[in-house]
Amino acid sequence: MPHQVSVFAENRPGKISRVTEVLSENGINIRAITISDSGDYGIIKLLLDKPQQGNECLKNAGFASTLKDIVAIKIDDSPGGLHKAAALLAGENINVEDAYGFTIREKNQAVFVFQVADVPHTEKLLKNAGFEIISDSELYFI
Amino acid sequence: MFYQKEIETMQRKEIEALQFERLKKALEAAARTPYYKRTFTDNKIDITKITTLEHLKDIPFTSKNDLRLSYPDGMVAVSKSDIVRLHASSGTTGKSTVIFYTQKDIDNWATLVARSMYSTGARKEDTFQNMMGYGLFTGGLGLHYGAEKLGCMVIPSSTGNSLKQLQLMQDFNTSIIHITPSYALHLVEVIKENGIDPHDLNVKKAYFGAEPYSEATREKLEEQWGLDAYNCYGLSEMNGPGVAMECSCKNGMHIAEDYYIAEIINPETGEPLPDGEEGELVFTHINREAMPIFRYRTRDLTRIIPELCECGKTHRRIERIKGRTDDMMIVGGVNVFPSQIESVLMNIPEVGNNYRIVLEREEGLDRMHIQVELYSKLFQGDMNALKKLNREIGEKLRALITINPRIEFMEPGSLPPSEGKAKRVIDNRKI
Repeated sequence: MPHQVSVFAENRPGKISRVTEVLSENGINIRAITISDSGDYGIIKLLLDKPQQGNECLKNAGFASTLKDIVAIKIDDSPGGLHKAAALLAGENINVEDAYGFTIREKNQAVFVFQVADVPHTEKLLKNAGFEIISDSELYFI
Repeated sequence: MFYQKEIETMQRKEIEALQFERLKKALEAAARTPYYKRTFTDNKIDITKITTLEHLKDIPFTSKNDLRLSYPDGMVAVSKSDIVRLHASSGTTGKSTVIFYTQKDIDNWATLVARSMYSTGARKEDTFQNMMGYGLFTGGLGLHYGAEKLGCMVIPSSTGNSLKQLQLMQDFNTSIIHITPSYALHLVEVIKENGIDPHDLNVKKAYFGAEPYSEATREKLEEQWGLDAYNCYGLSEMNGPGVAMECSCKNGMHIAEDYYIAEIINPETGEPLPDGEEGELVFTHINREAMPIFRYRTRDLTRIIPELCECGKTHRRIERIKGRTDDMMIVGGVNVFPSQIESVLMNIPEVGNNYRIVLEREEGLDRMHIQVELYSKLFQGDMNALKKLNREIGEKLRALITINPRIEFMEPGSLPPSEGKAKRVIDNRKI
């Protein structure tokens, strides 16, 4: 299963640049980024080419940072692509807590990344339904 | 204008004779309590040998911590069945300090408050709107009972809900209000915003208490509201409000010397200071059955005004409280110590040891923000977990300090380090 780096950030100007500065200095590439915001503070969620190393760098720089297991699947970049996966999850009563996605233009594909309570169980269900689960290394080579 | 002329105009010698007589009784009662029995034994105090008021200084001070250590009832001098009420205020950590009252104590307290109100000109024809917190806090109920004793019509409107307060004032012709100065500043703005000139209301008097404020603010409030404002001092350990209150002269608060013996001491050495010198106020309660307390250190700084007041009352006055000798904060009238907050945070592993308390005033009401650093190693990367943690900290603090602080999570390392004398409290309230 792939990993997402989650970083705590106070909600004030410069919150992203302070994180990206550390990653940039350590030669770590960002595949995707999203921010959950609660008003006073937020969690910056990052898909990195080297998640373990990125997490360590951020921790060493003083951030509250952690690795979280997530599910990432390939879907078709066409109408109904995401719906197939979403319908399956709904049918299995699996709640998606936090999600984001991005497309890969040249391959006409998209990646759907999301957080659930039970990652292995969800991965197994999706695999059985024919979805392609993406690992850390694959995420970067897409 | 006297409610109990004989007591209020007693000559000094008579006051002292009355104080001594009551002190003796209080000492006898206290000797039956576990706390004072031990204190008298440990300090080799034979209460039968206390023959003048001067001997009071041989009795050790009682501190807030002593009250906490004797929680819940180590200082109670009557049987439980004779107790009719308790009030509580915050201790420095954990347990609160609890004060008990018999029916006679409640009646005496009400009489004292009625008497103090009377000397500001309050009469039974008045309508008294009590905008102080009711509950464990003594501010609301203390004046409530006093005003009823005096015969006023009492509106127990408590704090907040400004439009309702205004409506009550208009509909029932409120003539006296009891309010914190900060809320009075806000409420007068609300009244004006509603197109009403506060001078057109019937409010003629205000009792201000529960928080420190300046003489300039009093003048501003009197002018904006078109009323006379009187300072009111009290602390739950000595009953609550009414311990000292201004008369119509508005020039210092008369101590109820038939209830309390006041001393001013040097807070460093504990040595009593002569009248007129500034120091820490110390009270002995000589008129409470359920819980006599001797030489209680209030931590409040003031001086006793030696001159007689023009009103004719012979009870001495204290000046407006100048400050505190400890780090106690007063938030919305409630006493809070930084150590209480620290004691809660220290038991939450997800937050670091660094914290900062920021006090703000929003719409006339005090708000406490507590900034805490997240501890990086226990960060779960999950918004729901953070929200849950935020609620958990808030609830634990609320249970301890009774007010609802706003918890703000901070990045590790963003607050000043805990070593040395870090400034833990930022007070942005202006009054």
